[in-house]
This record gives sequence, structure tokens and C-alpha cells, in this order.
Amino acid sequence: MAARTGSNRVAFPPSWTARVAWLVFGIYFVYAASHLELTPARFFSGLEHGAKFVARLFPPDFHRWELLAKGMIESLQIAVLASALGVLIAAPLALCAARNLMPAWATWPARAVMVVCRSFHPVIVAILFVKAVGFGALAGILALTVASVGFLGKLMTEAIEEISLKQVEAVRATGAPFISVVSYAVVPQVFSRFVGFVSYETDANLRNSTMVGIVGAGGIGGTLFSAFQRFDYDFVCAIVLTIIVLIMIGEILTLRIKKVFGI
Amino acid sequence: MTDVRAWERFSIGERMGRFAVYLGMVAAIVASLQTVEVIPEFISDAPEQIGDMLRRMWPVAWGFYPEGVHEPLLESLHIATLGTVLAVLMAVPVAFLAARNVTPFAWLNYGAKLILVSARSVNTLIWALFFVAVFGPGALAGMLAIAFHSIGFTGKLLGEALEEANRGSIEALEAAGAPWLAIAIKGYWPQVRPAFWGIVLFRWDINVRESAVLGFVGAGGVGMALDTALNLFQWERAAMILVAILVVVLVAEVATTQLRKRIL
Repeated sequence: MAARTGSNRVAFPPSWTARVAWLVFGIYFVYAASHLELTPARFFSGLEHGAKFVARLFPPDFHRWELLAKGMIESLQIAVLASALGVLIAAPLALCAARNLMPAWATWPARAVMVVCRSFHPVIVAILFVKAVGFGALAGILALTVASVGFLGKLMTEAIEEISLKQVEAVRATGAPFISVVSYAVVPQVFSRFVGFVSYETDANLRNSTMVGIVGAGGIGGTLFSAFQRFDYDFVCAIVLTIIVLIMIGEILTLRIKKVFGI
Repeated sequence: MTDVRAWERFSIGERMGRFAVYLGMVAAIVASLQTVEVIPEFISDAPEQIGDMLRRMWPVAWGFYPEGVHEPLLESLHIATLGTVLAVLMAVPVAFLAARNVTPFAWLNYGAKLILVSARSVNTLIWALFFVAVFGPGALAGMLAIAFHSIGFTGKLLGEALEEANRGSIEALEAAGAPWLAIAIKGYWPQVRPAFWGIVLFRWDINVRESAVLGFVGAGGVGMALDTALNLFQWERAAMILVAILVVVLVAEVATTQLRKRIL
């Protein structure tokens, strides 16, 4: 009988390391929850507030649509310009950071710049730029440019490192200068992927540009934050609905662009 | 008769599509450049102002760490972890509803996807504003904000992982008459487990970054300390907090990559 030969086999053997890990995590969970003073009482009193709050959100108030449109357009401008600037900086930086084309003394500094750009949340960068260059769209553009350089740089570096070196060698063998190697052997191999990254990053920037306004860096976020502070919740609802619609349109556009470039 | 045709990399349709995308991009950039409200003096002034800010940040107030940074930093990490756990708990049912092979009702799939897209479209900070309005300032609001925003991301990826699950073992369980819970735990779970941990770790890494800014809207964590330092123009302290955030983010990134290698 087959069962006899495998009698010491269990269908689903228990994993003791996994169980201990779950236990440790459970203890941490309780500890952290008590640390943050998360009590059920607080939660339930909040739910009562929540019901009132949600009731005040509806119906959304689109009466001040001019203010809404102005903020949304500024958010769009910030997203577009930050993406454009981000590409302009990230593409050469990625070329410097690619280990298959550049020596170590060029790749390390370029990589360090990208890591620092990526480590700080756009809002932190935005607040620093607000302090440095004043309130308004410029701070938002600069902040999102920094974020774009971090992410685009990383993705582009990886794309460049994955190219086939045969074409690079072929172009080099003709005695072409470095700039021709880049434009005839590297760019054609990575171009459509770059377009994909840029549309993805524009999408991400659009999301973030609706938020940097909260710290005064331009866009719809500022309008949203002041509506919150004036307890103008039906206008808040209108703004959030508009943001959701805009971001959905952005997502659909990104998919269409990717389809055109066959990624 | 020999048919001579010139080789072309792209068809006319493809070229038109590409051209339309380029045109759209250039038009968007030009339109934005022309209409954006930026004061030119601010641009010319920017390098000087940024240099001035960096000079004020030096020397970094290292001594401030034990008294004013350590506690809020830990709070941020707790917010990120608990928020991720909560997000996963809420995302799993939605992911099951969104996966077409698990839930064979199209309207449920679309409903679940709508939830996921809306959760994702509203930024963490905007969620935080909502929850601060409901629960008052503090870590609870921050944790819920992280959780609700993360549902979108976690649920979408988890749903996609479920859709890629192999039919074979599920059919075997169904044939044996297993109830749906057994199918979920013994059929789907082992197949999506690597993807699941990958998604959770990735999201936790993102949430560590996000938890640092929740304090700007009063939702707890190290952002509150940073906000105070910046409002009081205590640039050396702000620099200390920024360094601490940088270190935590880098450690989190290294830790998640190592864990991912070991678990997967």
C-alpha cells in the first residue's frame, strides 16, 4: 500500500519557525498598538464622529468650480513640468550610473544622487523648497523633479544595464565617438521603455502634485487643505471626487501610451 | 514579377500613434510653461536661497536625537507596520472579489476594482486629513490613512497574483469536495505566498517613507517633530531629523531586499 511506505509523511507539515515568527509578530502588534494608544473606546467614539463627517461630505458642492479648476490645472502643470525636468536630468544621470558603460568613479556618485533623491518623500522635499524658494508652484515643480530624478534614474539605469552589448560593440568598431555610441546603440534599445517609465512617472507626479499643496507648494492640495480647515466638507468632497476622476483618466492615458509603444 | 518593398520599422498606424504621443507631450509642456504662475525672481534667487538654507542646517544638532527624535521616529515605524498589517487584512477579501477566476461575477469584480482604484487615487495625506477630522490628531489617524491608501496597491497586486494561480490544485481540491475556506488556504495560499510576502514587504518599505510625512497634517510620527522644527526655524534640529529619516529609510530598504531574498 502506498500509505504504508509514506506513513511518516504528513500532508501539510507544520512549520515551527513560521509559528514562532507569527507569535513574535503578534506580541509586537499588541505592544505597538498599546504604544500608539489605540483603544477601542477611542475608535468607537471616532466612528460616531465619522458618521457625522460623512453626512456632511454629501452632497458634493461644485459651486466654486473656478477655484477647483484653477487648482487642478496648476496641479497638472506641476506634474507635466516636473516630469519633463525630471527626464532631462535623469536620462544623463542614468547614463552615468550604468555599470556596463561607465567606470566606477562615474557610477557611484550618480547612484548616490539617485538614492538620496528617492529616500525623501516628495512632501518633505516640497517643504524644504517652500522654505527656500517661497510658496507656489515653483516649489512643487522642484520637489517633484527631485522625486522624478530618483525614480526615473533608477528605472532608466536598470534598463540601460539590460541592453545587448553587441550593438554597442558594433558601433564602437566603426570608430564612432561616445556620443554616437549612445545615440545609435543605446537609445534605440531603451527608448520605448523610457517612454513607458516617463508616462508612469507622470502618473505618479500627478498623484503627488495633488498633495504637495498641503505644505504650500502649489496645486489643488492648498485649496483642499484650506477647505478642510474651514470645515467646508462638501467642497472637500467635490475636490476629492475631481482628483479621483483626473487620476483615473491619467491611468487610462498611461495604458494607451504603453499600448502605442508596445510595452 | 518581383515585389520590391522598402523595409520599415513601424507601420503607418504605429508611426501616427507615436507621433500623436510626442505631439501631446510637447503640447502639454509648452502649454504648462506658458501658463504656470512662477515668479521669475524666485527662480533666479533659488540657488542662493537653497545655499543659505543648507548653511543654516550646519552643524547638525546631533544631541537633539535622544530627547526629540527617537520617540516620534519609533512612532512612525509603528504607524507604518500596523498600517501595513491593517491594509493587508482589508485588502485580502477585496483581492478575492477582484480576481476573475475566484469570483465569477463580473459586477463584483468591477465593484472591487472600483474600491481599489479609489483607495489608491486618494493620497495618503488626504486620507490622513479625513481621519484627523474623524478621530482627532494622533497616530490612530496616521495608521488608518496608511492602511486605507495601501489597500489599493496591495489589493490590486494580490488580485493579479490570484488570477495567475494554477487551476490544477484548485480543481483537485474541488473534486475532493473541499469547502471554500480549505480551497483558499490549501489551494490558493501556497501559490500566492511568495507574491504575497513580496507585496507586503514592498508596501511596508513605501509606508515607512510615507509615515514620515503624516505629521504635517497632525497624524503623528516624526513629521510632527520636523514640522515644529521648521516652523521655529530650528534648522539644525530639522537637519538632525532629516538625517534620521534618511537612515531609517535606507535601513528599511536594505532590510526588505534581504528579507525578500530569504523568503522568496
